[in-house]
Amino acid sequence: MNKLTLWFHKLGSPEYFYRFAGRWAPWAGWSFALLTVIGLYLGMFKAPPDYQQGESYRIIFIHVPSAWMSMFIYVAMSAAGFVGLVWRIKVAEIMAMASAPIGAAFTLVTLVTGAFWGKPMWGAYWVWDARLTSELILLFIYLGIIGLYQAIEDRRTAARAASLLALVGLVNIPIIHFSVEWWTTLHQGSTVNLMGESSMHPSMLWPLLIMAVATKLYYVMNVLQRARNMILELESNKSWAKTVLQPAEASR
Amino acid sequence: MNWSEFWNMGGYGFYVWFSYGTFFLVLGLGLIMPMLKRRSLETELREQWAVTKRRKRES
Amino acid sequence: MTPTRKRRLYAALAVTIGVGVAVGLTVMALRDNMLFFFSPTEVHAGEVPEGSNFRLGGMVVDGSVTRTPGSLKVRFDLTDHGQTVPVEYEGILPDLFREGQGIIAMGSLNKDSVFVASEVLAKHDETYMPPEVADALKAVHPEGYNSENYGDDKKDTPDGT
Repeated sequence: MNKLTLWFHKLGSPEYFYRFAGRWAPWAGWSFALLTVIGLYLGMFKAPPDYQQGESYRIIFIHVPSAWMSMFIYVAMSAAGFVGLVWRIKVAEIMAMASAPIGAAFTLVTLVTGAFWGKPMWGAYWVWDARLTSELILLFIYLGIIGLYQAIEDRRTAARAASLLALVGLVNIPIIHFSVEWWTTLHQGSTVNLMGESSMHPSMLWPLLIMAVATKLYYVMNVLQRARNMILELESNKSWAKTVLQPAEASR
Repeated sequence: MNWSEFWNMGGYGFYVWFSYGTFFLVLGLGLIMPMLKRRSLETELREQWAVTKRRKRES
Repeated sequence: MTPTRKRRLYAALAVTIGVGVAVGLTVMALRDNMLFFFSPTEVHAGEVPEGSNFRLGGMVVDGSVTRTPGSLKVRFDLTDHGQTVPVEYEGILPDLFREGQGIIAMGSLNKDSVFVASEVLAKHDETYMPPEVADALKAVHPEGYNSENYGDDKKDTPDGT
């Protein structure tokens, strides 16, 4: 086995993962804070107003990164859930279930910031076009996954059932992404393209990209933080958990 | 640019600041809730272990 | 991989792909029903629901906006660079409403083939730039950067062509 697969196997051990998460979550958290300060400073003070939308477009610096995260987290959650379903790895199941509330939070932020951007620019808080509707469905899928996970008594059965629901809902992600191309929508097309040119001036694009990295770091911090709690709860009768919480007594 | 102009956001202040408020409120709650959960979990587990230890000693 | 894991792998893949195909087919079948708006060309071709409300999307023709003094009544023409439909509206217009702007109006056709709108929404494109850059672009393309973009962009015409 090479080093990377070996490390992957080690991560599968709850104890190792718990310590690993405890070490890296603060780093991700502080990097998120730093990048948010830089990104929003550039976005609010340095970026010029838009030629059409004036100052109101500055909502983009939180709306678009949140929208990306709502889909990114869903894919990450499904991938972890898939690994959990097939290989029955405890840590993978926990990572999938720890991701769901964060994804739901970003989806909610996307919908609210979008509404408060749509009102002054489009003239309506909400319209039932394909982009907005599919993003709302994403929120309901997240809530369904969280609800199913809470409803089943056994934690591991619950995680696997909810992971299966996540895989069922995965089809919605390409629908959200391509909705603005497949149908006529009030929502405009994609501004930032991974391949090819982005239709945004660099002075506006940079703060947006910095915020996109910042929100990813928030996710890393938050998912590790939540996963630590869940591992501790699940492994509370193991000796390592006691060592972690009360090192002095466990040795006695 | 002065500060009142900044808060006014060219007349869109309400929409812009409401959006930013939502963003930081939701992300902040998402950060605090696992922290509170962690604290209650610690107390809960310590109590639980104390009870099992006492039972072991008594038996 | 052990046989049990292999079985679970295939089951999980089957669920994901199965749902994907099923939803994909449904979406293909419903494609036309999920359009948010119709274009002036479709109105002229009679492809819009008669007598009932629908959404009309297009660009406000330069110089076509006439307001009735002392009221919120406004008349303008909407075009998709092919056909044009006259629109009547009474009410508050969104901030982005201007000549050359993409608009979506909700309403119905009256017997004079005038579209009477009850709601007007502004559609903007995905381009963001400082005003100075827009001015510089306008100097190079007198047509106006936005309107040119709107007309060429396939995403903005209803049938995606």
